[in-house]
Amino acid sequence: MISASPTPLDFASSPINQSLTPQRKIELYTQMVRIRRFEQAALKFYNAGKMAGFLHLYIGQESVAVGTISLGGADDHFITAYRDHGHALAVGMGMNECMAEMFGKQTGCSKGKGGSMHFFAPDKNFWGGHGIVAGQTPLGLGLAYGLKYLGREGCCLCYLGDGAVNQGAFHESLNIAALFGIPVVYVIENNGYSMGTSQKRSSAYNGCLAQRAEAYGIEWDVVNGSDVYEVRAKAHIAMERARKEHKPTVLEIDTYRYYGHSVADANHKKYRTPEEIENYKNNHDPIMVFERKLLEEGVLNDDLVKSINDAAKTEAAASAKFAEESPAPTIADISTDVYWESDNNTPASQIGQHFFND
Amino acid sequence: MSRILTYREALREGLDEELARDPNVVLMGEEVAQYNGAYKVTEGLWNKWGDKRIVDTPISEAGFIGMGIGASMLGVRPVMELMFWSFHSVAFDQLVSNAACVRYMSGGLCNCPIVVRGPANGGTGVGATHSHIPEGMFAAFPGLKVCVPATPADAKGLIKAAIRDNDPVYFMENTLLYGTTGEVPDVADGDHVVPLGVADVKREGSDISLIAHGRSVIHSLAAAEILQSEHGINAEVLDLRSIRPLDVDAILKTVRKTNRVVLVDESKPFGGVSAMVAMLIQEQAFDYLDAPIKRVCSIDAPAIYSPHIEHEQLPNPRRIVEKVLGMR
Ligand SMILES: Cc1ncc(C[n+]2csc(CCOP(=O)(O)OP(=O)(O)O)c2C)c(N)n1
Repeated sequence: MISASPTPLDFASSPINQSLTPQRKIELYTQMVRIRRFEQAALKFYNAGKMAGFLHLYIGQESVAVGTISLGGADDHFITAYRDHGHALAVGMGMNECMAEMFGKQTGCSKGKGGSMHFFAPDKNFWGGHGIVAGQTPLGLGLAYGLKYLGREGCCLCYLGDGAVNQGAFHESLNIAALFGIPVVYVIENNGYSMGTSQKRSSAYNGCLAQRAEAYGIEWDVVNGSDVYEVRAKAHIAMERARKEHKPTVLEIDTYRYYGHSVADANHKKYRTPEEIENYKNNHDPIMVFERKLLEEGVLNDDLVKSINDAAKTEAAASAKFAEESPAPTIADISTDVYWESDNNTPASQIGQHFFND
Repeated sequence: MSRILTYREALREGLDEELARDPNVVLMGEEVAQYNGAYKVTEGLWNKWGDKRIVDTPISEAGFIGMGIGASMLGVRPVMELMFWSFHSVAFDQLVSNAACVRYMSGGLCNCPIVVRGPANGGTGVGATHSHIPEGMFAAFPGLKVCVPATPADAKGLIKAAIRDNDPVYFMENTLLYGTTGEVPDVADGDHVVPLGVADVKREGSDISLIAHGRSVIHSLAAAEILQSEHGINAEVLDLRSIRPLDVDAILKTVRKTNRVVLVDESKPFGGVSAMVAMLIQEQAFDYLDAPIKRVCSIDAPAIYSPHIEHEQLPNPRRIVEKVLGMR
């Protein structure tokens, strides 16, 4: 039956979290800290004019990427929108290649061609970084379809925002996912706002966004994103459903972004009150909440917290140095990575003309 | 008399005047009302005109563009903002199957007086999905009108003409022009309307014609100054302003005058505006040409992100000058 999952109480003691070793818990904490420190560094260098375009910060939402991706096995895949730095680091991409991408350098993960919104690491089962709101949702469906077709027992986690749920592409994806039995988990990262528009002003039914899944006979659940244990416990159920039963799930994770929609969004204290932002920072911050739990559990101590934070800061600063010192792409690079044949100079590349520059 | 306004202010003034002139004009789109517009074109209009006339929509391009088209069939005059024209892809079916065809399919019974506007350009470091330059593509659909203003005065005059037009008009602005300034005729001097389909000679010249639209006009004017001062070449700059209807007479006139042409077009070289204009010239003014037609387009690849070379993928004054010098 379709329903919000029963209220289990203490998510730390759910089986999937019970199995976490202290070492693994520290790793999860470290990953969240690394994402935050990386982005704080990115913001600094963006403001110093080292990057172009947009910078959509994930700060405040770290538990979502880290919690869900920590459940991934060899055949689980991930795809997201333009707010992609957190997912990228959580799948194991290096700070250097990510920072260099934002600096527009050849050493970036997409050779400086994609930028902040278009990080990719297929070797780590990470399929990007996509710029069109909800455009990634049919792709996530397709990755999951591909897994099933190829006979692999994995699933695809496809992330989207609360604004993206209003796009037709998402609804079409849900229908096909249910109809075909596709192992996809849609993770709605509900940070309350699509740019300057609150969820209340963009979505007609405000019971909850995940509940729309009912229209397609799809299971759904709502998750408190300040608690990485809860994220893992509930995402695990959805992922197992996908892997074992080839059934989709829609998870809605309540979270918050502390900065504007992008760094260019100077209005973000007009459509949200400073009190609202402070409340999240002081009472719901996922890193703070997890840190407290781990201190209570005796897994972390103050020294360890400090050294983890310091190491992440140092690593982020080093990645900016690496990015700064890396070479920029050349004009000739503009025309590579457009067609496979021309890059590989195959016989097919000799037939007909690909490019029309004179 | 005239005043100096930014391109953004000129557009806003045109929108404001049409909102005042016709109670059926309504502005709609993502963040156009309470947020004052992602690029602040609609700043202040929600405060002035309120919820009925200035409407925030969810991120549902197919839904709200289609809604505007339907409303226009009933006599509402919606001006729909696409936050970026790059997001046209989500609403493509509505834009080309419904707006473009409904008048024809109904034998003229239905009109579709909608304006769809927003920035369409590269050069802002936002990567491939956000840098589409689609004017040539939409001009290829009969039934649609397409204009691309390069100056504040044209932005104001053309948006007013577009809103009054009884056909769908796709209005393509440029984020990199929003802050640029220029003279705009004084409001007291009367209604400043620039008719669709009339090109404008932005610089008189005798040696070569640079034919451009949008930001390429600005680059062409800069290139013309370099050509004049450093090489003694006197270039004429023709600003197409509208892509459809297209001012073929003005194109032929400048070609007959200078006998040499470089087309400057920010979109890609395959198909599109420059390919079409070049073909028209060869069909209708071949005998006047003293040299083959040349083009400066964006390098034929999706838009690169890297700020270090993005401007080299696009037309720029240096590339235009080099192209002209290469023709001698
Ligand atoms: C089709 C499309 N329309 C509009 C945009 C511009 N835009 C980018 S992000 C965004 C807000 C999306 O909000 P949400 O889905 O809630 O995700 P969040 O930014 O909160 O992570 C908008 C309007 C876009 N990129 N694509």
